[in-house]
Amino acid sequence: MESREIVHTEKAIFENGLVLESGKAIKPLEIAYETYGRLNSAGTNAVLICHALSGSANAAFWHERAKKPGWWDMYIGPGKAIDTNRYFVVCSNVIGGCYGSSGPSTINPETGREFGLDFPVVTINDMVNAQVMLMEYLGIEKWLCVIGGSMGGMQVLSWAFHHSEKTRGAIPIATTMQHTAQQIAFNAVGRQAIMRDPNWNNGNYYGKALPFQGLAVARMIGHITYLSDEAMNIKFARRLREKEAYGYDFSIDFEIESYLDYQGDSFVRRFDANSYLYLTKAIDYFEIYSEIQDSESVKAMDVDFLVLSFSSDWLYPPSQVEEIAKFLESYNKDVSYCCISSDYGHDSFLLYNESQDRLIRGFLGHLYDNV
Amino acid sequence: MPVRRKDYQLIEEIIPNGARILDVGCGEGDLLHALKLSKDVRGYGIELREDKIISCVSKGIQVHHGDMEQLLSVYPDESFDYVVLSRTLQEIKNPAKVLMEIVRIGKQAIVSFPNFAHWKIRVQLMFSGTAPKNPALPYEWYNTPNVHYLTIKDFYSFVRSHNIEVLRAEFFSGHKKVSLLPNLFGEEALFLIKARR
Repeated sequence: MESREIVHTEKAIFENGLVLESGKAIKPLEIAYETYGRLNSAGTNAVLICHALSGSANAAFWHERAKKPGWWDMYIGPGKAIDTNRYFVVCSNVIGGCYGSSGPSTINPETGREFGLDFPVVTINDMVNAQVMLMEYLGIEKWLCVIGGSMGGMQVLSWAFHHSEKTRGAIPIATTMQHTAQQIAFNAVGRQAIMRDPNWNNGNYYGKALPFQGLAVARMIGHITYLSDEAMNIKFARRLREKEAYGYDFSIDFEIESYLDYQGDSFVRRFDANSYLYLTKAIDYFEIYSEIQDSESVKAMDVDFLVLSFSSDWLYPPSQVEEIAKFLESYNKDVSYCCISSDYGHDSFLLYNESQDRLIRGFLGHLYDNV
Repeated sequence: MPVRRKDYQLIEEIIPNGARILDVGCGEGDLLHALKLSKDVRGYGIELREDKIISCVSKGIQVHHGDMEQLLSVYPDESFDYVVLSRTLQEIKNPAKVLMEIVRIGKQAIVSFPNFAHWKIRVQLMFSGTAPKNPALPYEWYNTPNVHYLTIKDFYSFVRSHNIEVLRAEFFSGHKKVSLLPNLFGEEALFLIKARR
């Protein structure tokens, strides 16, 4: 058995807080983060990992007594694609989240109780502005690369377009420049499931019965969009759950029902319903495509891009992800694009995939060698 | 050391230092990589196969995974100093569209292809009555990627009727240059072309 390197989540507190795009502020601002490896003396080997909707600062290695390592442990570590012997890797929890950074479940110093819906609505650009503060706090002037999938990919785009002087490379994965109506619709149903749970109580449920039912349904809907028809057929087909024949009732018959039930139940144990509302809203508000149209800053941008999609991803289909690369090419920017063949749908970026490994490894290695 | 492809040698001869190059159907990026080392070019590629994309990215070559016939239209006019289409023309579905696009997005373009009017092919067809094969066309009829067979004469007539200027033409068989009756004795052809703007 491989030895488990134990890591801890650190916290940075910024008393002056952060002013958000909405004009409101988070004060003080708390950012939970982890780092792996060492910043070299020239400061040229720092890599920022941006997590997706349900992720945390624990991107790699193990927390004490954890059952699983960090969410991208298969790509980050000694000798791995994002080699911690070579790179200084940083991952922070997004603001609005529930894994240690300021969010609706953190305590409002004015009331001594959880913020709930008093927490200001945040955007993807706000999440990145918080990461900019963390970057300065850690003494990093420029990232070698910013990498992330899905909502993490949106943060990558925000970094590249709004803070292009602060990164050399960008790897947005399985993501988009803005949500379509259908993508907003899936998130809207998830939010409705939570808000229609009587326990939600306008977000004031902390210390009381939690809106587990609503959050579980939201997660189930989300999970369907993360898988693919192929993946579900491979994993479940029409198999029955611990049954030889149909029950002719409304208990769980099919394996897929049981799987969704399990996904919903295990998610409510680890995620805050209000954070689900805030983060999905941030994703729906994201529209970098409109923000940068005809902008001089795009022309001046000097960032190397590697854009990745997955063939069976129907939440962010390859054609939509490819638009990012085409947009950059229309400005003659340096960009590579690859659609990786995989049966596992949107979730593919979170699983081990040899092509993804080799692409990230090769791209990063080349960036690093050419600093 | 494998023997360098003759068309690659000629392309290296043509391309000046520091040029911005698009290689359409770039494979594993060997040409762009060589040009990067010898001429310090900024190399970009378009390629259809995932495994080849990975090789390109590892070599530091910008590459777009996809179908060239849909991708070329994305680039603004004269985005590149040179667009290279080497041994690919005969494999594409809509060569006329691709040729017009490469002379639009490239200030100049380099096109190489196997000449279907080479005398050995004519003889094979005449006497064996089977689909011709040679080192430049090594496939059987049923597994060939080539969907459009063309000759040097065909190419000249295309450029004449499409307002394209030929700046340089080279013909060769294996590694030997051919100057006499190229449409009969040249196995392969390479053209440096540009749009008459």
